Amino acid sequence: MPLPDATEKWTMAINEVAVGAGPDEGGTRTSVVRVGGEKTLPYMHFEGPMPNRTVVAMEVWDRAPTDWAPPLMEALGDVVNSPAEWAKACEEKFGAEMICLTLKGTHPDFGNASPDDAAAVVKSVLAATGLPLIIWGGGHDEKDNLVLPKCGQVAAGERCLIGTIKEDNYKTLTASCLADRHNLIAESPIDINIAKQVNILASDMGFPPERMVIFPATGALGYGMEYVYSIQERGRLAALGGDKMMAMPVICQVGQEAWRAKEAKATAEEFPQWGDEQERGILWELTTAVSLLQAGADIMVMRHPKAVAALKGVIAELMKP
Amino acid sequence: MIVIGERINGMFKSIGDAIAAKDKKPIQDMALREIAAGADVLDINVGTRVPKAERAEVMRWMVEATREVTGRPLSIDSPNLEVVRAGLEVACKKGPAIINSTTAAQDRLDAFMPLAKEFGTGIIGLAIDENGIANTVDAKLEIGMRTIAAAMENDVPVEEVYLDPILLPVKSDQTSPQVTLETIAQFKMLSDPPPHVVVGLSNVSQQATERSLLNRTFLVMAIAAGMDASIHDPLDDVLMNEMITAELLMNKSIYSDSYLRAYMQHG
Repeated sequence: MPLPDATEKWTMAINEVAVGAGPDEGGTRTSVVRVGGEKTLPYMHFEGPMPNRTVVAMEVWDRAPTDWAPPLMEALGDVVNSPAEWAKACEEKFGAEMICLTLKGTHPDFGNASPDDAAAVVKSVLAATGLPLIIWGGGHDEKDNLVLPKCGQVAAGERCLIGTIKEDNYKTLTASCLADRHNLIAESPIDINIAKQVNILASDMGFPPERMVIFPATGALGYGMEYVYSIQERGRLAALGGDKMMAMPVICQVGQEAWRAKEAKATAEEFPQWGDEQERGILWELTTAVSLLQAGADIMVMRHPKAVAALKGVIAELMKP
Repeated sequence: MIVIGERINGMFKSIGDAIAAKDKKPIQDMALREIAAGADVLDINVGTRVPKAERAEVMRWMVEATREVTGRPLSIDSPNLEVVRAGLEVACKKGPAIINSTTAAQDRLDAFMPLAKEFGTGIIGLAIDENGIANTVDAKLEIGMRTIAAAMENDVPVEEVYLDPILLPVKSDQTSPQVTLETIAQFKMLSDPPPHVVVGLSNVSQQATERSLLNRTFLVMAIAAGMDASIHDPLDDVLMNEMITAELLMNKSIYSDSYLRAYMQHG
């Protein structure tokens, strides 16, 4: 008996978003990444096209992290003291395809750096690397509304990906990204209804849905990962089925979530039965990332160079037809 | 939900007058209004004022006029093969089309299914055959099955078939809406993938006083039964909002606080 054909026919593709602009488009980037464009669930090559592979970004902070696990800090080395050096190392040594500059130091509780300080960091990172840039706020809404527009201005022409907007804080950043022609990250707290609502609110302001990326919030393996996966998958199914307000590529903060888990950062002394702490965090980060690939993630923000290398290998393998 | 806008029809006075005056503008304006209001497909019907011998030419002209302003799918509405062919020849040069419609009388299926194949269009199959309108659920299903079989024989994908159970006015046949609802649910089980199911919504309220209320109520009930296409007036915004809401309640779309606006602006 012949096997029945189980392929689905989807009505719509995910939007393709280009991040970064080279000299021909008014920027200075040496590479441009394109994400999205899928017309099938992840890696179902027999069913529909997946024109762009998932892109691996690396996190760079504007100030040296103080609470990251020692194996992670050792792997990164001294570069964490300079955002420009850190970004350069990500490009040249660690194989990152994008830089995610996190402006943690602008948060009132973590240094309260001024918008001008942040803008100077953005400039230094743009000068140090040719990779496309993600600029992520410090996580304090009011301060982000001062910092991010300033950073967007000094990066005008570079077609960055800037975030995040939220349901109750979207107008300032949406307007500034519209003016400086950047892409926008729309955040929601693992809630598909709010994810859609934020996208609608931004597009009501005239922001093109084709320049938006969804950040549905990320979970780590063992810490809400299953729920995050279901929400992402449901959003992707709706998009492929024709919901234009869900048809944006998805970004995941993998490193941040994975390295928050006790299993990733606890020392071997605390939990000898959990194995070598040098390997454990990397595996936790990698496994989290690989799970999210299957949910339909388009941009992975990672931390550990070894997890980055391994993830790129997995993606290359999955992209083989 | 596939909304087939019914307003480009010679039976409406403004369109009938436009046809008589060979004035494209009212037709084009109506096309754009229907699209703005949420129509996915535009039905084109020459109406009855045009003499039979001229209908193919008028259909060609109406489709040309509409195609000048949109590449949306057009539903070429006529029981006459030559009129439909005339419409398809123009419509399919710049976009998709649906044949509206064929009965399941064998000579009709033999003529219309090859036409759907030739132009790569969708096709609406009515629950009518040599014996007239099928009145029972079983009779409607039997005709539906025959229509699907004819599509398959002619290499027309089942996803392009729209089965219409034939909804009669509640004022003249009060059993029809309930029989139609049962048929809708069962049509969807006839094949995998299932055919589309469509009704001419305003039939239900012909000659009745509460036309809009009857249309709206039946539409919500039919969506709950599984109907996924409807020929109706998209300019009735209350009707459209009820349709969008019914689909939301059936978990066909993702809720957001601005779900009505999102549907109207982004489909």
